[in-house]
Amino acid sequence: MNKRFVPRTDTEIVGKALAHDSARGHVSGRARYIDDMLEPEGTLHLAPGLSPVAAGRLKSMDLSAVESAPGVVAVLTAKDIPGPNECSPSFGGDPILAEKEILFHGQVLFAVVAETRKQARKAARLAKVEITEKKPLVSVQQGLKSGKTVLDPYTFAKGDPSAAIGKAKRSLSGRIVIGGQEHFYLEGMISMAVPGEAGAMKVFVSTQHPTEVQHLVAKAIGKPDAKVTAECRRMGGGFGGKESQAGQWACLAAIAAQKLNRPCKFRLDRDDDMVATGKRHDFDTGYSVGFDADGVVKALDVSMAARCGYSADLSLGVVDRAMFHADNAYYYPEYRIHTDRVFTNTVSNTAFRGFGGPQGLLFAERMMDHIAIELGEDPLEVRKRNFYRRGKAVTPYGMPVKDILLEEITAGLEKSARYQARRKEIAKFNAGSRFLKRGISLTPLKFGIAFTLKHLNQAGALVHVYTDGSIQVNHGGTEMGQGLYMKVAQVVAEVFGQDISRVEITATTTDKVPNTTPTAASSGSDLNGMAAKNAAEKIRDRMAKVAAKLYQGKANDVRFSNGMVHVGGREVPFAEVAKQCFLERVQLSDTGFFSTPNITWDRETQTGNPFLYFAYGAACSEVIIDTLTGEMKVTQVDILHDVGASLNPAIDIGQIEGGFVQGMGWLTTEELVFDDKGRLRTHAPSTYKIPACSDVPEAFKVKLYDYPGKKPPTVYHSKAVGEPPLMLAVSVFSAITHAIASINPGRLPDLDAPATPEAILRAVDSMRN
Amino acid sequence: MARDKLVFFRNGVRTELSDVDPNETLLDYLRLRERSTGTKEGCNEGDCGACTVALGRVRGGKLTYEPVNACIQLLGQVDGADIITVDDLAEGETLHPVQVAMVEEHGSQCGFCTPGIVMSLFTLWHSGRNADRDAINEYLSGNLCRCTGYRPIADAAMKAASVKAKDALDKRLAETQKEIARLGNGEDLFVGSDDRFFAAPATVKSLAELAAKHPDATILAGSTDVGLWVTKQLRDLPKIIHVGRAKGFSDVKTNTSKIVIGAGATYSEAFDALAEIDPDIRSVLLRIGSRQVRASGTVGGNIANGSPIGDMPPMLIALDASLELNHGGEIRTMGLEDFFIDYGKQDRKPGELVSKVIVPRLKKRDRFRAYKISKRFDQDISAIMFAARVTVSGDRIVSARIACGGMAATPKRAKHAEAALAGARLSDESDWQRAIAALDQDYAPISDMRASADYRTKVVKNLLLKALGEIAADEGGGGEAMRVTAAQGATAAGAETARRAGA
Repeated sequence: MNKRFVPRTDTEIVGKALAHDSARGHVSGRARYIDDMLEPEGTLHLAPGLSPVAAGRLKSMDLSAVESAPGVVAVLTAKDIPGPNECSPSFGGDPILAEKEILFHGQVLFAVVAETRKQARKAARLAKVEITEKKPLVSVQQGLKSGKTVLDPYTFAKGDPSAAIGKAKRSLSGRIVIGGQEHFYLEGMISMAVPGEAGAMKVFVSTQHPTEVQHLVAKAIGKPDAKVTAECRRMGGGFGGKESQAGQWACLAAIAAQKLNRPCKFRLDRDDDMVATGKRHDFDTGYSVGFDADGVVKALDVSMAARCGYSADLSLGVVDRAMFHADNAYYYPEYRIHTDRVFTNTVSNTAFRGFGGPQGLLFAERMMDHIAIELGEDPLEVRKRNFYRRGKAVTPYGMPVKDILLEEITAGLEKSARYQARRKEIAKFNAGSRFLKRGISLTPLKFGIAFTLKHLNQAGALVHVYTDGSIQVNHGGTEMGQGLYMKVAQVVAEVFGQDISRVEITATTTDKVPNTTPTAASSGSDLNGMAAKNAAEKIRDRMAKVAAKLYQGKANDVRFSNGMVHVGGREVPFAEVAKQCFLERVQLSDTGFFSTPNITWDRETQTGNPFLYFAYGAACSEVIIDTLTGEMKVTQVDILHDVGASLNPAIDIGQIEGGFVQGMGWLTTEELVFDDKGRLRTHAPSTYKIPACSDVPEAFKVKLYDYPGKKPPTVYHSKAVGEPPLMLAVSVFSAITHAIASINPGRLPDLDAPATPEAILRAVDSMRN
Repeated sequence: MARDKLVFFRNGVRTELSDVDPNETLLDYLRLRERSTGTKEGCNEGDCGACTVALGRVRGGKLTYEPVNACIQLLGQVDGADIITVDDLAEGETLHPVQVAMVEEHGSQCGFCTPGIVMSLFTLWHSGRNADRDAINEYLSGNLCRCTGYRPIADAAMKAASVKAKDALDKRLAETQKEIARLGNGEDLFVGSDDRFFAAPATVKSLAELAAKHPDATILAGSTDVGLWVTKQLRDLPKIIHVGRAKGFSDVKTNTSKIVIGAGATYSEAFDALAEIDPDIRSVLLRIGSRQVRASGTVGGNIANGSPIGDMPPMLIALDASLELNHGGEIRTMGLEDFFIDYGKQDRKPGELVSKVIVPRLKKRDRFRAYKISKRFDQDISAIMFAARVTVSGDRIVSARIACGGMAATPKRAKHAEAALAGARLSDESDWQRAIAALDQDYAPISDMRASADYRTKVVKNLLLKALGEIAADEGGGGEAMRVTAAQGATAAGAETARRAGA
């Protein structure tokens, strides 16, 4: 482990490579997920009735056979919803249960409530549904041609790009179709609603956004927010999939629980989950670019059409973020970056790690490969020539790029991964190999950190110190495996100078810290770490005053370290000071709050800064392909990534490795196949293939960039790490491009994402025509 | 007199059950009845491995623990076995070496796949295999992790392997094996009533008779397919006859000319005998399902279910394998290719059992190649499964048998291509072209979520080219590597090929 990072010396607990807070619970099966909780007596179970067609009008539903099936207690339809039939996180258009219009295959028509889950699932299949079918809009192109959108188009523009492209020495046009991605969190959607007294409702829910679930449930059951509590101890994976789309299942469980006055649990079967919940947006991106003889971009015009599905959901932010990352690491003097937010009769696409950024970034890297191949140059050289650098450091959204680490990180990786030498070896191999071809690529990464929706950049925390010196911490962030709870616990332990074992982590719940924002945008530790630090420091400062008074020191000189309070030349156990505070009637509990400074983005005027800072990284990937079958294997990966000064290097490296492999899956084996009737054909792991162990190369080396110079204005100078590494996998796509391009140098392989064996073979064959 | 109670062991503790529904899964038993909730349900179809438990069964006289997917395993199947779940591994607060390594190497993030991963690694730990990356990939082929990228899990497996301590299982293994032996296996198992039962006859005779008596019963082998009828199609299967306990029904016998695989033999049990025929069979076997699926799924079941995309039938047809069927004691045999009549239709009467698969070995002049093409290397269903046996004499091809899966409604021979190959020269690629072109007459595949018809049509031709190219290169004393495998990439060399290693 030590070779992967340089240990920090400025802190005691922060920066330690401690295990995930639940690691022992995970490996022993003792970490409880919602389905593992003891069910209250009388718990009922829900199952959804899903639409068998993608578009049309609901004529009739005969649910008599469902109602009379064994074990069935109730069948919920739209008329059973006490509040509005709506569970949208944003602009509306997400009915909890379909009423008249059918918008996609798998839309929930009704929900069965039965004594057992199996009974509910079986009964749900007995409905007789009549729908007047319409021809569905399935692909991005079909949606685009229809002119139907879920939101208005949006454009960044500067100068006269079409004129500038015309005037440039060289120019080219291209297109890339980018597939979506299923989250495949291992724990599917689940909620358990337990009715309390006087109309209260407690919902245990696997979600990244308990507050939103609280609000949606309250609205759906017609109660004030204050009657509803949403709690989540941990998720079995989220990846964005449980940011906005956990709400529908929670609402249905709560509606049933209120109606029947019994606890109700709703756990989706995997296939239903994959059919009925949103995914990463597919993109169809066309571009024209003008550049000089060195491949330096003069102007570009790019149009990205995103398949949003049947409703807006979070598509505004997702597609905006694609625009915010259509530059990746590169300076564009003149540009038009345009996006369409296309309606289709498919599930409503949603947040997914990177939140549109990966699609924008893949375009930028595709364009760099295109330019380099056209010029016959090493793509890495073309990339470097286009990097943001002093004097050329303003993004297409007008934000200056400061603390640029692109050149340092790229150069470091180029050397440690032996990029140049391997590139030569590969050229030699390819020249002598008829059927197998190898490819290598090194791609950089710059990713903006903060919610681009300004008001989401806030967090709250609640910290209690008890008189035995143990500490309880709670905050608005949720734990989905990313290690947020541990990082925040380390921050709190650091403030109090207490051993980490003295810090008790508690479940995220809306009755401890209210009005929270989703754990998303990689900002979990930036926001909640700061809020918890704020709460802890308030308590610590009060404790310091008490200690100073009791032990004849100055409050400003009191230090908290190694479980002791250092005051007036003495060392007093932390627990002793805590006890003294109680006797002195000094408050040992407090809330903390944080709102990210300097976020000033105004979408209307396109002014201000959407991000607090950028995270950087670079990856070098090597692949081998079989030009007879399109089979591909990633053979080596080297990564150098910037996490600022790490709060926990083990967790950060885990995020980098996991994010990379998830991105690799998106760009290679993970293919969402919809048929022309709009039915998802890859709705289970038997047909939808996320990376397996053998897909990951044994030579997989990740290093944390040793952060020099100016420190980011963040919690203990750490940087966000959740999303950025996913985009390092663009190097795999680029390496495949390089391998295919060796067949016919000078020509860009017609490769779309994901690069399945079939897509690779198609690109190979197009090189020979 | 049949036994009317299920008897199995839970972490070595004898457990008897008489109230067993024939459709109850092992996972539901653990989670809903025992409330042992460590074992998770991720996909409910045997693909993600979150529900992996270790199943101890006597194999070759030795109690051996293999990973299985509890979600699609029917409870009745565990009769006579010992079940260990993730809830059983830690002794109080002392974690098992595999668990310790997983914690120390940061092998869990969200933790939901972790119980299954721990159990797969637990079976690897007990297997005596050297925990190198190949073994780890093999043991984790059926465990999906969406968080970690697997590197720390692989490191944990290696670290755990270096711990030589005896665990709780080592200490009680001999005793449990004795207790299992004490159960005796001479009596039939029949739990339920005549119209709703789970039966597991103890002899081939009573198995064949029971199947003939209940032609409407579901014949169950590994449950890697039937399990999904229950969990996904939500079918009610009132009568289940399990073949797994019938003495001799799972035997694998070999001699110098052929291999006879009892239809109840799992892929794991048949592995060595089949892999010995040719290294390509070994490579494909390692990519059939996952370690979990191969521990349950049977060669016979893979044939009897008539799937057009099973990986084994094309290889067996290319090898000219035959089939033995048993209807109430009445035995008949046929060429395997004749068994597959049409999509979903096989030459098997209700109540008739596939009982043996007879596989001729390769002769001296036979060359064999098999390729599995899928989106992912491990645990994926083939877009195309290609197999060819080519008989050569000097530079001439004497004859060829080619069979493919995924190219038609059944596993199907390429007879036009075979005819065109007879007499072709190995040294002259232009001689092969007629056969490659003839594949258009042999196959008219469909498009589905795995691949388009175009891709299948193109690749099957390329695979014949590849097979002939490899054979020609071997005959000519070696040539360049011609395939990409999941094993590549230990170094950046890439060009290396694990194929033919040791052959």
